[in-house]
Amino acid sequence: MEHVTTPSWAMFAYLVSGVLFILALRGLSSPATSRAGNRYGMIGMVIAVATTLVTHEIAGLPEIIGALAIGGGIGFVIARRIAMTAMPQLVAAFHSLVGMAAVLVGWAAYLNPEAFGIAEGGQIHAQSCIEMGLGIAIGAITFSGSIIAFLKLAGKMSGAPIMLPGRHVINLGTIIAILSLVGYFTVDQSLWVIGLISLLAFIIGFLLIIPIGGADMPVVVSMLNSYSGWAAAAMGFTLHNTAMIITGALVGSSGAILSYIMCKAMNRGFLSVIAGGFGAAPEAGAGGAPKEQRPWKRGSAEDAAFLMKEAESVIIIPGYGMAVSQAQHALREMGDVLKKEGVSVKYAIHPVAGRMPGHMNVLLAEANVPYDEVFELEDINSEFGQCDVAFIIGANDVVNPAAKTDKSSPIYGMPVFDVEKAKTVMFVKRSMGGVGYSGVDNDVFYMDQTMMLLADAKKMVEDIVKALAH
Amino acid sequence: MDFISILSIFVLACFVGYYVVWSVTPALHTPLMAVTNAISSVIVVGALIAAAASGLGAAGGVSKWLGLGAVVLASVNIFGGFAVTARMLAMYKKKEKK
Repeated sequence: MEHVTTPSWAMFAYLVSGVLFILALRGLSSPATSRAGNRYGMIGMVIAVATTLVTHEIAGLPEIIGALAIGGGIGFVIARRIAMTAMPQLVAAFHSLVGMAAVLVGWAAYLNPEAFGIAEGGQIHAQSCIEMGLGIAIGAITFSGSIIAFLKLAGKMSGAPIMLPGRHVINLGTIIAILSLVGYFTVDQSLWVIGLISLLAFIIGFLLIIPIGGADMPVVVSMLNSYSGWAAAAMGFTLHNTAMIITGALVGSSGAILSYIMCKAMNRGFLSVIAGGFGAAPEAGAGGAPKEQRPWKRGSAEDAAFLMKEAESVIIIPGYGMAVSQAQHALREMGDVLKKEGVSVKYAIHPVAGRMPGHMNVLLAEANVPYDEVFELEDINSEFGQCDVAFIIGANDVVNPAAKTDKSSPIYGMPVFDVEKAKTVMFVKRSMGGVGYSGVDNDVFYMDQTMMLLADAKKMVEDIVKALAH
Repeated sequence: MDFISILSIFVLACFVGYYVVWSVTPALHTPLMAVTNAISSVIVVGALIAAAASGLGAAGGVSKWLGLGAVVLASVNIFGGFAVTARMLAMYKKKEKK
């Protein structure tokens, strides 16, 4: 094949950086090894960049260094300044950049195929056309999809699903059109073909994400993570670059697995999440019936403080509401005071709590909660029977027993915390009005042992800390 | 390299990815996303090739600028991704022994 010959040492170097990327992910199997893993990743990237620069004749080094410095500077400042609660939208924004970079590289390869060694006499190889076309299409979908995800997560656009009539037909038609155009690209390498592929892919990325919202966002973010990987892999095929292919495969499968874990934690099929529409305003028929008023008990910060001081064990269940009100630091303070009083304090985290996988863990880590006090659903769920206080803060659906008992409930089958087994349940919530993301009423509100703590999460926890001091 | 060896690398890497990612502890799923983000910016390799090419004609010139644009975007991600991952990972601490 007439590809630009890459020296074998360079191919070896790309392989080494691919292996270092694998080690970077491997390191994340425990917090103790994770920092070393991150360093492996950085070394891998340095090797990949250096190898590319050394093996190619460089026409304009100052421009390249300038570009690296501008991008690097921006990235570094953002990484330093970003609030931990804003992590989901940051990740979405970063995905969009990978997508756009893939589109730009694809276009650059199309315009100057000789530099990439994928053409002979002005004709691009058919195989490269397909790889390039797919790379551009996936990159463009990743870009526009991530922009929508970013706007939704950052609250700059309504998180509610936007439903277009006949959207499944439109989406399917667009995807088929893109694939046909990629096929046609092998015989006709005109500018309009690749232009249309890019345009349609940008549109489909947008259309795919607007009907998905709210608590389905963790799936969206993971899915876009996966796409950004496949885009890199497609480009790796075009450029015959081992580092890119290995990385693309790693990132692609990583995002896919995370999406799977998120879907499973909600007991929802991947396709039904992708189809979107969950958490939309209830249809007129279903929501029309007047709700029965059931009695519930309201507690004060003092009551809560008193009960928790007397308790032997407290399990705290944080949810998205904790992130919204930035209550994690106050919560850790509360935990510290309770521990001084001899109370055992544990944190229980549902896989879909928050807006991205592991969101709650990062926030608790930020607030200096030791990670060995934080438990996953399966590991702690059996302990609610012996627990004195279940302290629910900003979570709702993940503690709703309807998921276990009510077959007609939209969240039926989703694994939930057995909080109803705890002696006392404290439910921090802004008001009785909102009923979680799924729009399902929660029986936990009305149980005898439940105390509703109605206030902003952060304020309530701070008041409890004050009350504990007395 | 011919297509089939590239495909083999790809398929095997998918399997490696599958097993490695399942071994990641759920507590670190957010850093996992941040770091996969950073490493997927290895696409910068393609961007550098385009940016480094000696521009032949108008198309080559445009290609070079597209490449430079991609270098900027990818490097935002590389530096930002690794830095934010490092920042997150530094926060995960064990219980202090007293």
